[in-house]
Amino acid sequence: MLMASLDGAFAALADPTRRAIVARLAKGEATVTELAKPFKMTQPAISQHLKVLEDAGLVTSRVDGAKRPRSLAKAGIDALDQWLAMLRSALENNYDRLDGVLARMEKPNAKKGAKR
Amino acid sequence: MSSKLTLKTEGETHVVVTRRFAAPPEAVYRAHTDPKLIQQWLLGPDGWTMPVCINQAAPGGKFRYEWVDAKGNGFYITGEYLELEPYSRIVHVERMYLPDPTPDNHVETRFDPDGTGTLMTMRMTLPDPQTRAAMLATGMEHGMEASYARLELMIPAIQ
Repeated sequence: MLMASLDGAFAALADPTRRAIVARLAKGEATVTELAKPFKMTQPAISQHLKVLEDAGLVTSRVDGAKRPRSLAKAGIDALDQWLAMLRSALENNYDRLDGVLARMEKPNAKKGAKR
Repeated sequence: MSSKLTLKTEGETHVVVTRRFAAPPEAVYRAHTDPKLIQQWLLGPDGWTMPVCINQAAPGGKFRYEWVDAKGNGFYITGEYLELEPYSRIVHVERMYLPDPTPDNHVETRFDPDGTGTLMTMRMTLPDPQTRAAMLATGMEHGMEASYARLELMIPAIQ
């Protein structure tokens, strides 16, 4: 389930406009009108992008009178963070092993001390 | 603890990984090109081994790495070297077979002196943002697999 939602999140973030929307929302919530302005896009186009981000669990909305301001969905963003931490740790496994390999490697051909 | 490694996306199609090593660039470069050394560390999650490691480290040379886990799951990558500058820089392309080949990942790896050690910078370039997203998601699956495997190991201990 977590994996399926992350797949959706990555697919959603493959689009530059949607990444820009996420970057804007990282600074605080905004309405569709406010979001449409800097992107020079129509509101329906922005709404379509927002729907993809909402379906991916990255963006959420609340009702404020006639407005529906959007903000980042903490759970979805946290899941992405956790995933990045996991990928980092898988890579770190490799390089920790490489540290061991390097420590065991004999110094290549006697090169008479430090040259640097 | 693992702050030595950085992993970040850059622009639309790049992924950049950096890591410091306590050995000089020559040693780190050799560990990236000598099959006997590669097989000792380029293994991904715990429990995986690399029974096949073919590596022709010369411009135009090919490589092929095959991984398997204890359950017989496996995958492989193939690639070609474009440029090799001992002991400072490697440029290659690679793709992963899962089993269908992924789009080519163009990788430049630099080994720069850093005090008595080495700063490695690996810059991957994917053909488009969608491929980068897919590659990151694939990396995730393997990472998740490792987590589940570790969980399996822990279960007997907590019962």
